[in-house]
Amino acid sequence: MSKTYEYVPEPALVKGNHDFKDITAMITDINIRPTPKGWYVAFGIANMLLLLLLGSIGYLVWEGTGIWGLNSPVGWGWAIINFVWWVGIGHAGTLISAILFLFRQGWRTAINRFAEAMTIFAVMCAGIFPAIHVGRIWVVYWMFPLPNQMLMWPNFNSPLLWDVFAVSTYFTVSLLFWYVGLVPDLATVRDRIKSKIGKMAYGVFALGWRGSNRHWWNYEKSYMILAGLATPLVLSVHTIVSFDFAVSIIPGWHTTIFPPYFVAGAVFSGFAMVLSLMIICRKIYGLEDIMTIDHMEKMNIVVLVTGTMVGFAYIMEQFIAWYSGVEYEKFIFMMRAAGPYAWAYWIMFACNVFSPQFFWSKKLRRNVTFTFIISIIVNIGMWFERFVITVTSLSTDFLPSSWGYYSPTIWDVATYVGTFGLFFTFFLLFLRFLPMVAVAELKGVMPQADPHNYDEDGEFVPPKVEVPEPYKNQTNQ
Amino acid sequence: MAQIFPKWTNDAPRRILLGSIIFLNAIVFSVWYFFSPEFTDVGYAPEQPVPFSHTIHAGQLGMDCKYCHTQVEESKYANIPATQTCMNCHNQVQVQNPENVEAIIESWETGEPIEWTRVHMLPDYAYFNHSAHVNVGVGCESCHGRIDRMEKVYQAEPLSMGWCMDCHREPEKHLRPVSEVTTMGYEVENQIEVGLDLVSKHNISAPTYCQGCHY
Repeated sequence: MSKTYEYVPEPALVKGNHDFKDITAMITDINIRPTPKGWYVAFGIANMLLLLLLGSIGYLVWEGTGIWGLNSPVGWGWAIINFVWWVGIGHAGTLISAILFLFRQGWRTAINRFAEAMTIFAVMCAGIFPAIHVGRIWVVYWMFPLPNQMLMWPNFNSPLLWDVFAVSTYFTVSLLFWYVGLVPDLATVRDRIKSKIGKMAYGVFALGWRGSNRHWWNYEKSYMILAGLATPLVLSVHTIVSFDFAVSIIPGWHTTIFPPYFVAGAVFSGFAMVLSLMIICRKIYGLEDIMTIDHMEKMNIVVLVTGTMVGFAYIMEQFIAWYSGVEYEKFIFMMRAAGPYAWAYWIMFACNVFSPQFFWSKKLRRNVTFTFIISIIVNIGMWFERFVITVTSLSTDFLPSSWGYYSPTIWDVATYVGTFGLFFTFFLLFLRFLPMVAVAELKGVMPQADPHNYDEDGEFVPPKVEVPEPYKNQTNQ
Repeated sequence: MAQIFPKWTNDAPRRILLGSIIFLNAIVFSVWYFFSPEFTDVGYAPEQPVPFSHTIHAGQLGMDCKYCHTQVEESKYANIPATQTCMNCHNQVQVQNPENVEAIIESWETGEPIEWTRVHMLPDYAYFNHSAHVNVGVGCESCHGRIDRMEKVYQAEPLSMGWCMDCHREPEKHLRPVSEVTTMGYEVENQIEVGLDLVSKHNISAPTYCQGCHY
C-alpha cells in the first residue's frame, strides 16, 4: 500500500514572469497613453446605438406603450425579457467580486474589476425597462414610497415593488464595491499620469489615497464589509426577479423552483458575458498574461456547472408539471415543447443545456475561439429562456378564447438593440479611463508578494522568486 | 511630489456627503409641501362675471343652499342656478339700483345664460357624486368651507385624494344629521357618538379602494 503523492502547485495566476512595475505599466498605461483610433470607431458605433435607444424611448414617451407588440393576452413582452436578461448578466460580476473574494479565490483578481463594471452597466440597461414601461414616465417616481398628498403608496404586497428595492439596492452596493476597489488604482494612475487635468480628475476620485498603512487597513475592512453585503445580493436579486413571475398564479410561472433556477441562469449568462468581453479585451489590450487560459478554463467550468443546473431545472419543470397532475400546468409545458413557441423552446434548450456540455473536454475548455462562440450562444439561449417563460405562459392562458400569438414590433427590437449602445458606451469609457484590472490586488496574488525569506530554521535566505509552471508541456498563450 | 489640491479639500468629501443628504431630503420635503393641492389650490378665487356675494345671500339673508343649488340631492352635480332663480327675487328686490343687478337683468332680457367660472375642480378620472354625500349627512361646509362668509367664493379645502381619504377612512368625525347638511357653522360636542350613530343608521361604508372613485 504505498503510493507516492506528488505536490501539484496551483497554476500561476500571472504568466510571463512579470514584476510589479511591469504589471502597473501594462494596465495603467492603457489609461495614460493617447486614445487609439480603434477605440473611437467602437465608441462611435456604440454612440449610434445609444442614440437609437434614446430615440425609441423618446417615441415611446410621446406615443405610449402601444408602439410595442404587447396586447391581450400577452401583456408582458420584450421589456421584461430584456430586464431579466440584463439583470441576470450582472450577477456574474457580483459573484466574482464578492463570493469568490470571501472564498479567497486568487484568480478572481484578474477579472473582478472588469466583471463588476459589466455588472453596473448591465444593471443600468436593465433598469431602463421597468422605468420606461410604465406608460406615464413622468410619474415614475410613484414606484418609490414618497410622501404625497394623494395618500398613495406602492403596493407592498407586490413583487414588482420588491424588485424596485432589490435592483436599486443591488446597483448601489455594486457601485460602491466597484468604487472602493478602484481607489488605490486611481491613485496609481494619478501618480503616473503627466497631464495636469488628468492628475486633477484621477485625484478627485482617488480621495487623497497615499497608500499609508492606515489607508490600507481601512480599505481592506471596507472591502470585506462590502463583499459581505454583496454576497446575499447575488442570491436575493434574481430570487426577487423570479418572484415577479412565481408569485403570480399563471401556470408555468407559479413554481417554487423559480428562485434557484433564476439565480443559476443569471450566473450562467453572466459568466458567458464576462467571457465574451474578456476574450476580446485581452486580445486587443494584450493582457493575455493576466487574463490567462487558466482563468478562462475556470470560468468555463462555472458555465458548465450552472448550465447543467439550468438544464436540470428545465427537465424538473417538465417532470413536476406531469407529477403535479395539474391540468393547466401540464398543458402549458406541453405547449412550450410542442406549441406555437416550440421553436423558441428548443433554441433555448440547445443553447443552454447542450452547448455548455462541450466543456467536459479540457481541450475545448482551453480553446479561446470555441469558448467565445459558446459564450455568445449561451447569452442567446438565456435571452430565449426569458422569452419562453414570459410569452408562452401568457399567450395560452386559462381562457382558450383569448389565446393569441405575440410578436414584437420594430420598436421592441430598436429599444433592445439600443441598450447595447448604452452598455458599450459606458464599457468603452471604462476601458479607456479606468484601470480594467485591479492592479493592487493582482500584485497580491503574485509570487513576489509572498517571499519566503526564512528557511524552516529561521535562518535568513536571500529572496529567490520562482514562478511555478504546472503546465510545462502545454503552451500558454 | 507637489500637492495637487489645496488643504481645504480635505473636508470636501464630508461636506459633499452631508450636503447631498440635506439636499435630497429638502427635495422630497419641497415636493411634498409645495406641490400639494393644499399649497397650490387652496384659496383659488377666480373673478366671476357677476359680483354675487354669498355673504349677503347665505350669510345675512340666511338663504338655504338648496334654494339655488336645487339639484344637489338628486344629482351628481350641485347645479349653478338659472337666471330664472335670481329673477324670482330680483324682479322686485334691488330694481331701484339697477347697476347692482345689471348682469342678470341683461341675461334675463337676452336669454343668454351667465357664464360662471368654476371654482371647485376635480380631475376627470375621479368620480364624485354630490347626492351620494349630501343624502347621508356630509355637510356643504365640510368641503366648501364657510360659504356664508365668502364675499367671493374661493376653494377652502385641498380636494386632494389624501384629503378625501381623511373622511372616507373616519366618516364619523365629519358626519351630521341630514337635516343639518346645509347648516353653516354646525358643531356638536359629542361628534364621534353622533357620527357613529349616523354611520350605522345610514349604513355608511365609504369606499377606500381604488375603484370606489376611479373607474
